[in-house]
Amino acid sequence: MLNVSIYRYNPEVDSEPYMQDYQVDTQGKDVMVLDVLEKLKVEDPSLSFRRSCREGVCGSDGLNISGKNGLACITPLSSAVKGNKLVIRPLPGLPVIRDLVIDMSQFYAQYEKIQPYMINNSPAPAIERLQSPEERAKLDGLYECILCACCSTACPSFWWNPEKFIGPSGLLQAYRFLADSRDTATEERLANLDDPFSVFRCHGIMNCVQVCPKGLNPTKAIGHIRNMLVRSAT
Amino acid sequence: MITTVTSLGRSGLSDWLVQRVSAFVMTAYLVFIVGYLIANPDLNYSQWATLNSSLPMRMFSLLTMVSIAAHAWIGMWCVLTDYITERLIGPKATAIRIFFQLGMIAVTMLYVIWAIDILWGI
Ligand code: SF4
Ligand code: SF4
Ligand code: FES
Repeated sequence: MLNVSIYRYNPEVDSEPYMQDYQVDTQGKDVMVLDVLEKLKVEDPSLSFRRSCREGVCGSDGLNISGKNGLACITPLSSAVKGNKLVIRPLPGLPVIRDLVIDMSQFYAQYEKIQPYMINNSPAPAIERLQSPEERAKLDGLYECILCACCSTACPSFWWNPEKFIGPSGLLQAYRFLADSRDTATEERLANLDDPFSVFRCHGIMNCVQVCPKGLNPTKAIGHIRNMLVRSAT
Repeated sequence: MITTVTSLGRSGLSDWLVQRVSAFVMTAYLVFIVGYLIANPDLNYSQWATLNSSLPMRMFSLLTMVSIAAHAWIGMWCVLTDYITERLIGPKATAIRIFFQLGMIAVTMLYVIWAIDILWGI
């Protein structure tokens, strides 16, 4: 039997959060953490968590699993269980709505700030705006982000200043549009990032890189943004 | 909310550049001093005094002192705006933070003036 400890909090009845212990029979199989949660939910329907695609595509089940942020649906027990114990908490740093469900408003507000859409006011061509294969290649490692928030909620700078520091996820997306040959708002985008917080609160701790379930590298993207800021200022 | 009134530069980029340049100056100074001490194992007072009263050395020492001051100012400002915030310690945070920042700025200025006094008093 696997010992599972889960963060529980229902603000309507609990005065404060607590950890609830469960025992789960996984029949020795190396299933995903999400499978364990689904099994528990059958026994205890009050247990709340988000999930949708169950294959690492939608980004809804970002959780703190045995101390490390990740997607429950693609994290096998073999990489999360230590000493026959699995500890599941909500992603750290954002307000908890209930159990493992967090309020992501702050995270989305930062995403919205970087204007996550193409800006190009020249008249649209008849068919589409073309890119060379090289120009397109620059977006690899950026466009794959699924906004799961695993990175930003692992970042101490985001914990301390979530309303001023964009955070690794938002900055990765900011660079995705700065690097896009079809976007013409580079100057304006850079100008919006040049305060002491938005980009420069990143101290290269690299927690973000360590946890990204899609294997992306926000620290590298942040370095590119910094270089673009240096170049545009000189 | 945290404002940037007590930050050294107004932009994140200038603060970041100052941090890099000042770190370089401090490292260069340290390397030079340690190198000088190793190269002169039986250093006497008059040699040391001649070195430190030469104009280039005074300028280098002063530049290093200014670098330390700027580096500390920016660094402390970052630490204070991370940890002494309303989010972490409640509504009194802004007053406490400003108190520490102004104290920090005053001490930094004092050190620079003191350093000038020492360097040009040799
Ligand atoms: S590298 Fe920057 S963005 Fe990533 S976790 Fe560290 S401080 Fe946060
Ligand atoms: S960069 Fe990675 S960890 Fe961060 S939101 Fe995107 S997919 Fe999730
Ligand atoms: S359920 Fe969609 S990413 Fe895990």
